[in-house]
Amino acid sequence: MLKKLATGLLLLFVTFSASARLNVFACEPEWAALVEELGRDKVKVFSATTAQQDPHRIQARPSLIAKMRRADLVVCTGADLEIGWLPVLLRRAANPKVQPGQPGYFAAAQYVSLLDKPTRLDRAEGDVHAAGDPHIHLNPNNISRVSKALTDTLVAIDPENTIVYKKNRDDFLIRWLQAVERWEQQAKTLRNLRVVTQHKSWAYLLDWLGIQEIARLEPKPGIPPSTAYLGQVLESLQHQSANAILIANYQSPKPAKWLQQRTGIPIIMLPYTIGGSNDADNLFRLFDTTLEQLQTGVKP
Amino acid sequence: MKNLVIACIAVAATTFTAPQRLHATEQSDIDSLRKEVDELKEQLSASQTPTSSQSSFNPAISLILMGRYASFDNDPENYLIPGLTLAEETDPGKEGFSLAETELIISGNIDDKFFGRFTTALTPENEIEIEEAFVQTLGLPAGFSVQLGRFYSEIGYLNKIHAHYWDFVDQPLVYRAYLDNQYNDDGIQLRWLAPTELYLEFGSEAFSGDSFPASRPSNESLGSASLFMKLGGDVGISHSWQAGLSYLATQSESRETEAGNVSFSGDDNLIIADLVWKWAPAGNDSRTSLVFQAEYFNSTEQGDYTIIGNGTNPVDRARDGAYVQLVYKFFPRWRTGLRYDRLSIDDPGSAFSGTSLDTQGHTPKRISAMVDFSHSEYSRFRLQYNRDESYAVADNQWYLQYIMSLGAHGAHRF
Repeated sequence: MLKKLATGLLLLFVTFSASARLNVFACEPEWAALVEELGRDKVKVFSATTAQQDPHRIQARPSLIAKMRRADLVVCTGADLEIGWLPVLLRRAANPKVQPGQPGYFAAAQYVSLLDKPTRLDRAEGDVHAAGDPHIHLNPNNISRVSKALTDTLVAIDPENTIVYKKNRDDFLIRWLQAVERWEQQAKTLRNLRVVTQHKSWAYLLDWLGIQEIARLEPKPGIPPSTAYLGQVLESLQHQSANAILIANYQSPKPAKWLQQRTGIPIIMLPYTIGGSNDADNLFRLFDTTLEQLQTGVKP
Repeated sequence: MKNLVIACIAVAATTFTAPQRLHATEQSDIDSLRKEVDELKEQLSASQTPTSSQSSFNPAISLILMGRYASFDNDPENYLIPGLTLAEETDPGKEGFSLAETELIISGNIDDKFFGRFTTALTPENEIEIEEAFVQTLGLPAGFSVQLGRFYSEIGYLNKIHAHYWDFVDQPLVYRAYLDNQYNDDGIQLRWLAPTELYLEFGSEAFSGDSFPASRPSNESLGSASLFMKLGGDVGISHSWQAGLSYLATQSESRETEAGNVSFSGDDNLIIADLVWKWAPAGNDSRTSLVFQAEYFNSTEQGDYTIIGNGTNPVDRARDGAYVQLVYKFFPRWRTGLRYDRLSIDDPGSAFSGTSLDTQGHTPKRISAMVDFSHSEYSRFRLQYNRDESYAVADNQWYLQYIMSLGAHGAHRF
């Protein structure tokens, strides 16, 4: 009887593992979308956060521990973006496949060059990221770089499907590079615009498009603005006006609205990541929507 | 002659075409070199990008500075819970300014298979206590992990939470009364995380039994053991919860309290049920959130109490208690909280009348309210008021507290 049960269980396990798709735990929706593009029907992707949440501040929820326990691959930004919650999940789930240093742990920031590496590492500067700005996905060239490295990772942990992953990558990159060319053409009108931002979430987008950030609503990264500080921003804008105030879907619109009422500078709420607006439901549409909103939203 | 002409043409042709060919190869060489340089540049910039500053601080070090100002109506020296014999450090603390424990936390991955953490507390009396010094496995298959060393037991919800992450200045009365605030001990822990969609974890611990309420009998190698189960999940995108059930069995031989005036030999069996429910709109708690938390303790005490001046008498009684609290974040940096505490203790009988085990017919209760402000993730100020009815004379207690953390960014549990 016991033997029968054991064989049954074993069979169940074998059939399960044979048909199972790769379980991927993505820390942010942009990486979930990229894994979808590269893995298609070979992967089952879960995104730990949504566009409505601040990736710096996530609760290490029990449901996330359960997901991480069953993950074959963890895809995160790295560069300390998830430092307040990812280490707890990794340790509590104690899944040997996805610990840092294993092939099943992928940190996207490792494959691109980071902007704004702080020259002074001091918390008096706010919640600074020692490795540099981690909000890397809003430069589409970073997406291309990460897609190559991520394909190598998928191949390393699931070599049986090497051909599929490489084909998906090539297919994605052809479409992506064409889109990037189109976006760059389209965005020429945005060059040298001046914007106010809320948090340092847009450095890569602005760098790519040649837009200048002339003021920031947060006095220090991660510290919400006080009215006194907003007053200073307001005064600085008397000398040099801005074309728009950029905020992300997950950020409070209050400080931006305060400034808008006093200056008339339009607020543009960008999707920031997949799901940040109804239109931004994949990586292509994220950039389509972002550029469209910038072009229609700015004050000339 | 014809040959000469052909030779001349050939020479001319080669001298004409040769530079062109050279030109073409040069061009492609330059192109490929340029490409190589670009690739190298990319590699260089990528290799200069460490993924985490935490790894360059291997191990991560953080220091927690905590202190407070306290004001009480009653003398804290007179604090007691009638019917119970309390462990050390369970009173409301010192009046006026005082340092709380300064915590130094050093942690990191030891290698690819082990994680380690060391937490030491420097007490205001200039003593050093090792609160935690443990290693945890990261490489076991099938959802198992083992922890070795000194650590906070996984029982209950608040037992594992470090003082700098508490929502109130003090622990609930159930923790104060039955666990000397928190149960930590030297031992081993085995955990298994089920491969289910719902978070489901089982675990067991064995301890040497050297901390309250245990006091290891001299002929035993283990003084306490625990079993625990945790369950948790999400409800929609805005709600998440965790519930737990745990059991701690402790043995004592001549456990001394109250400066040696009271000694207990026997067993203590504690059952804890806990529930935490967190809400934040769209799961984003940076602006607003609400956390509900409740725990119920039930403990049975069987054995003999020896009290100086009262002799040795047997005890077999039940004690229980609970707390319920609600913490609401109403602005990005502001939170407020309300907590209600209550204990219910069976009287051990007339043999103990007049001693500290005499409940005097009193039901200990406390109500607490707090408001705190965090300038950043690393600094927090808190004002708390307690209406403390632990014993017959009600006490009004005020605390003003600061909690600051330096160094590596800590990651916190749910």
